[in-house]
Amino acid sequence: MTPRQWARRMSFPLRSPSVPASVQPKAEPPRTGVDFETAWARKPAARIARRVLHEVVVEPVVRVVADPNLRGLDRLEDLDEDQPLIFVANHHSHVDTPLLLRRLPKPWRTKMFVGAAADYFFPNRLAGIASALALNAIPIERTKVNRRSAMHAASLIDAGWSLLIYPEGGRSPDGWGQEFKGGAAYLAIRCEVPVVPVYVAGTDRIMPKGKSFPTPGSTTLTFGPPLHAQPGEDARRMAQRIEQAVATLADEATSDWWQARKRAHAGTTPSLSGPNAVSWRRAWAKSASRNGTGKPTRRRWPEL
Amino acid sequence: MAPRPGFVLEVDGSTPPILFHHGEGFRLEKLPVGRSRVIYPAEPLPGLKDPDTAIRHALEHPYDSEPLSALLFPGMKLTIAFDDISLPLPPMRRPDIRQRVIEAVLDSAAAAGVDDVEIIAALALHRRMTEAELRHAVGDRVYDAFAPTGKLYNHDAEDPEGMVILGTTPHGEDVQMNRRAAESDLLVYVNINLVSMDGGWKSTATGLSGYTALRHNHNVKTMQASKSFMDQHRSELHSSNWRMGKVLRQSGPKIFQIETTVNNNSFGTSGPLSVLQKREWEWSAKDRATFLGMQAGLKRMPASARRKMFSSWQAPYEMTSIQAGDVESVHKVTTEHVYRQHLVPVEGQTDILTMGLPYICPYNVNSIMNPILVMCLGLGYFFNLYRGRPLVREGGVLIMSHPTPWEFHPVHHPSYIDFFEQVLSETTDPLVIEQKYEKSFAEDEWYRHLYRTSYAYHGVHPFYMWYWGSHAMAHLGRVIIVGGDPRAVRRLGFMPASTFADALEMASDVVGRHPTITHYHNPPVLMADVT
Repeated sequence: MTPRQWARRMSFPLRSPSVPASVQPKAEPPRTGVDFETAWARKPAARIARRVLHEVVVEPVVRVVADPNLRGLDRLEDLDEDQPLIFVANHHSHVDTPLLLRRLPKPWRTKMFVGAAADYFFPNRLAGIASALALNAIPIERTKVNRRSAMHAASLIDAGWSLLIYPEGGRSPDGWGQEFKGGAAYLAIRCEVPVVPVYVAGTDRIMPKGKSFPTPGSTTLTFGPPLHAQPGEDARRMAQRIEQAVATLADEATSDWWQARKRAHAGTTPSLSGPNAVSWRRAWAKSASRNGTGKPTRRRWPEL
Repeated sequence: MAPRPGFVLEVDGSTPPILFHHGEGFRLEKLPVGRSRVIYPAEPLPGLKDPDTAIRHALEHPYDSEPLSALLFPGMKLTIAFDDISLPLPPMRRPDIRQRVIEAVLDSAAAAGVDDVEIIAALALHRRMTEAELRHAVGDRVYDAFAPTGKLYNHDAEDPEGMVILGTTPHGEDVQMNRRAAESDLLVYVNINLVSMDGGWKSTATGLSGYTALRHNHNVKTMQASKSFMDQHRSELHSSNWRMGKVLRQSGPKIFQIETTVNNNSFGTSGPLSVLQKREWEWSAKDRATFLGMQAGLKRMPASARRKMFSSWQAPYEMTSIQAGDVESVHKVTTEHVYRQHLVPVEGQTDILTMGLPYICPYNVNSIMNPILVMCLGLGYFFNLYRGRPLVREGGVLIMSHPTPWEFHPVHHPSYIDFFEQVLSETTDPLVIEQKYEKSFAEDEWYRHLYRTSYAYHGVHPFYMWYWGSHAMAHLGRVIIVGGDPRAVRRLGFMPASTFADALEMASDVVGRHPTITHYHNPPVLMADVT
């Protein structure tokens, strides 16, 4: 007799009761998605396990797959090390998060949580446990404003945790950026913490959306000057400033700092979202532009 | 707790042995009780809380000048010059102050639509800065934006096309300047003031100048008349630079001077070298263990490894002030800030002055401290860090501690080698040296070539080092170096001693058996205000 057959032969109360057909079963409280409970992942045991995982597994993989060139870290020199920060970055690939978690500056990366899409990272218990343990992720509703997500993130920031979040809400489908949502800006205003813009370049070629295995390549992380909420500024306007800051960093990474400053002052910084054109033209423009890692990308078509 | 000011310790029976820097090492020496004193520097002043905001405020609220943004316009020619590798010492941790200031200036220029910008390392006759050194000073962002197109470069004082004479002072001194800087609509000078002789007109009149002009104030007569060259009111070097400044004001470009001061946090308040800026009786068990470990390790290391280790130290200096605008107005404020950190009141002179010379001086960053630089640091810089009167009486003795190796950096100091071998073997008299040898070294084509294309100090530079010590040489009765290479020390015209006790014994010929002694506890830098 197999164990399953043996279990089936057991009767109540050794096995769970069946529900009478006439009775409406009591609804289970939702325990996945945005309601997934992650507090355990910030307890000492989980933090130690995560540290070991990062040092033993993630770090070697990051070194082999995408060891990045870091620029602009000096811009964070004046920040108080006890002050939590919100790191916002453009998002191309699943490689972004491990890369940032390993290369964001200490001490912030040692006490950091990640805003992760509730529908993608917490669809079931197993995936949720993995996301919370490996990334210290908390579920964020990306399709609509969710008060619970925002309050949870705010309470963690108030408790001294720094946040890594991608305001685009998901990975870029074609290598160009998407519009920034206001969550990071809302938290910066609500918790009175600085936002550090980061431009990630190169991960779109390592593992773009739709690919399941990485191809090693060169990457660059460019850190921008911290942004503080201005008096009376609302989340929408600050989100635009954050998007503009990341766009300026992208310009800096693809040209140089001086050209980027001149274009920023002239209001001609290239948009992160690329040309407003049909998909093949956007793909053409992407392949023609430099990727921010200092090396030109290979054109998809020969020069005619 | 507020930083404690500098003070003078009278040595008594319970005073512990005192720290002497000794090149890439240290000595602990017991000073005679009852007739010795030690001058300690003040503790580091707190740095500005938000340096970037302070910089922007200074640029827009200058002294006796329009704000920087009002001086910038599209189509203009803008030149930014900055202090070279000789400042600050040791080099500071990133981001360097020059980077912060230059980025702020460039940001204003970008906002004003300025396109024609060049950035020059104002190194006068010093060696050219390497790419890594330039990157450290101006930051990667500025370097990557300007260096690849040739818009960020080292000043070349021997470029016949690149230098221009702007006039002559009433004293007949030629005023020379880098042509690009001279022909700019605006010259922005970015300075770091470590000691009181830095900055002011010296930035532009010396930093962007060449031998034609510098020979007028880098000479024995000027240096012997500067008592000291760190004291602006009694420095002939300062007066000459100010006379040249007047000519620059009349015939040169519009200058927007940006001066900054740093505190004296050379070795940090925590970390492996922090023990060096603590007072000896306050060394904790950890400090003592660190010091002993360091001493034991240094003894076993080869000289090159020791040098490399110390060269890699970057000081956690913090900016204590920034002011911008008119050169003279700005420099007055800067000097007050420098004095606020450095001045220590001292009463009277003594028969003997002792000092421990560290591993670094302005001319051996990432290099070797050769015997000529040992002389220059001791008799030039440290001896002159006084206001009023020297710490030692006329005819007194100077005892310095340094290994003084017979060793030279062949790339950085080629003319020093020949100066040491050919000139000092004949005479150590600065006046004779100046008259007999200076011109031939200054105009030597090979040294000129190395200065322009390699990383060599100019051919005349070792002469200037020797002149730097000429006031001290005329003032002192004897100079003794403890722990130095005897051959090298004798070549310098000084006396070698194996131990500090031997040095005191040797000094007794000049100052008697019971001389009074001052120990100058430096670095971190201090300036004695002697009454």
